Amino acid sequence: MIAMAPLLAVKELQVRRGGSLVLDISSLTVEEGTVLSLIGPNGAGKTTLMQTLACLIKPHGGEFFFKGEKVLSNHGLLQYRRKLAMVFQEPLLFDTTVFQNVASGLKIRRMDRSEIEKRVKQNLQRFGISHLIDRSARKISGGEAQRAALARALAIQPEILFLDEPFASLDPPTRESLIEDLEKILRQTNTTTIFATHDRMEALRLSDRIAVMNQGRIFQIGPPDEVMNQPRDEFIASFVGVETILAGRVARKGPSTFIAAIDGQEVEAVGEVEIGEPVVFCIRPENVTLVVSPHPKGTSARNVFPAVITKIVSLGLYYKINLDCGFPLVAYVTGHSLENLSLRDGMVVSASFKATAIHVIRKTKKLPVPSPPSHGK
Amino acid sequence: MELIFEGILKAFYLLFTLDPEVLGITLLSLQVSGTATLISLFFGISIGTLVALTEFPGRRLVVSLINTGMALPPVVVGLFVTIFLWRNGPLGFLGILYTPAAMIVAQAVIATPLVMGITLAAIQALPKKLRLQILALGATRLQMVWILVKEARLPLLAGVMAGFGGVISEVGASIMVGGNIKGYSRVLTTATVMETSRGNFDVAIALGIILLLLAYFINFVLTHIQQRERPR
Repeated sequence: MIAMAPLLAVKELQVRRGGSLVLDISSLTVEEGTVLSLIGPNGAGKTTLMQTLACLIKPHGGEFFFKGEKVLSNHGLLQYRRKLAMVFQEPLLFDTTVFQNVASGLKIRRMDRSEIEKRVKQNLQRFGISHLIDRSARKISGGEAQRAALARALAIQPEILFLDEPFASLDPPTRESLIEDLEKILRQTNTTTIFATHDRMEALRLSDRIAVMNQGRIFQIGPPDEVMNQPRDEFIASFVGVETILAGRVARKGPSTFIAAIDGQEVEAVGEVEIGEPVVFCIRPENVTLVVSPHPKGTSARNVFPAVITKIVSLGLYYKINLDCGFPLVAYVTGHSLENLSLRDGMVVSASFKATAIHVIRKTKKLPVPSPPSHGK
Repeated sequence: MELIFEGILKAFYLLFTLDPEVLGITLLSLQVSGTATLISLFFGISIGTLVALTEFPGRRLVVSLINTGMALPPVVVGLFVTIFLWRNGPLGFLGILYTPAAMIVAQAVIATPLVMGITLAAIQALPKKLRLQILALGATRLQMVWILVKEARLPLLAGVMAGFGGVISEVGASIMVGGNIKGYSRVLTTATVMETSRGNFDVAIALGIILLLLAYFINFVLTHIQQRERPR
């Protein structure tokens, strides 16, 4: 049992601030060597959760276990904290050289000099900043500083690495190259990582599991594709990038599919539902196909609707097309397709999506998410 | 005009020939104010850091008292130190009134709130998350405090300078508790007051120039600290 215990397990963890509950985690486990992302809007409690797990904030209730052993509030706290490392949004480097910064966690542990030097050099090299070793931390760029901060954390060889939006204040190219390097390093070192971000793309790239947080609670946790494609409710759906969220009612049931009435239109989807049941459909914009002919042939999609383009928004590499099919629908197209199809406002096109591309949320058995029934002791 | 010109000439003569009296006064000044500053650093930095890092009821009151202390009028300090050290005062048995030791006590009382206030501000000005970052690096509470003080070392140096600058140019308390005794408790400021009142402008100007040079040096260091870049 102890051998199989997860690296970190949390039970009924609660943090209050000014009388109100800001963190309420009924259960959470982190397996060794995995990367867990916490995503959610600002103020969702991601930082509070990480700081509580790192023993930087004292919880008001609940307990947590490291390798099956209970982490107590006083005894053994320092030993536990010394197994962790945390990197914040700001590099928070000390006013000294890059070498001394990366060495700081090791010096705090009173490691001997040769080991410190070895680890510092190794980690500077990993993050591609060996040339900055003797530079003052005041005189390096923001990206370099964040690399130094990550090197400082990994030099400790932590059993759990906490990353609190470490890329949020970097410009896109800097962020891109740093994420790439970090991904490689985390995989090489097999470091258990808990990573908070409000950018779902970062979470998708780095994590084995994603937890969606809001209002101090975990609303859904699972592998990235599950959370992205099968969001549990509308909030999660919109947060993970589902652009089209439609409410309707089940009208008919077929052998493997069912038809729901949505704003006077009939949309076909797959799932176990009852007739008359209210449902919510989530359609990701990348699963919607547009063709110019109003009556297309040869498409395997059952859901084909004539649609009026109401708005075209450039998102940089691709375009977001807002459509009106009787119900609102959003599709993404590349700049290339936009030109090829010569799409413009007011144009009538044909929009289609597969029945299997719709994620169905049933609204009848409304779960009091996320608390499991074991909540009250 | 002639008076000033001659005064300045004589002053430089006294300075360059290392006049034993001027030299003695300068050295005693540095000694008294330096010792007082060292004492104030011990109390000022430790209490300032403690107040900066802890939350307790009445903290605001303590902070405002420290800030008020930064503007403590030297004559008031001189008055109370005199009363305390008076022959039948509470600390009269020490018998140090009208000695350099009394001046050190008075100057330390003046400099401590200065150092404390600047320490408080310097530690509070560090990013709040820095404390969490240091703890997250595995530091004990004591190690965290030490690292924070090291991080604030340049503003703290400003505190040292402000404390030293405050007491070396202070005259009221020194004259009250030291007595301006020739060759014993006479320092730059008390000597300047006396020489000026006697009309010995040359000596007064020489002493004034030394004070000005010290003031310039202190401000040079302070400016240098203020103009530095902050780390990321």
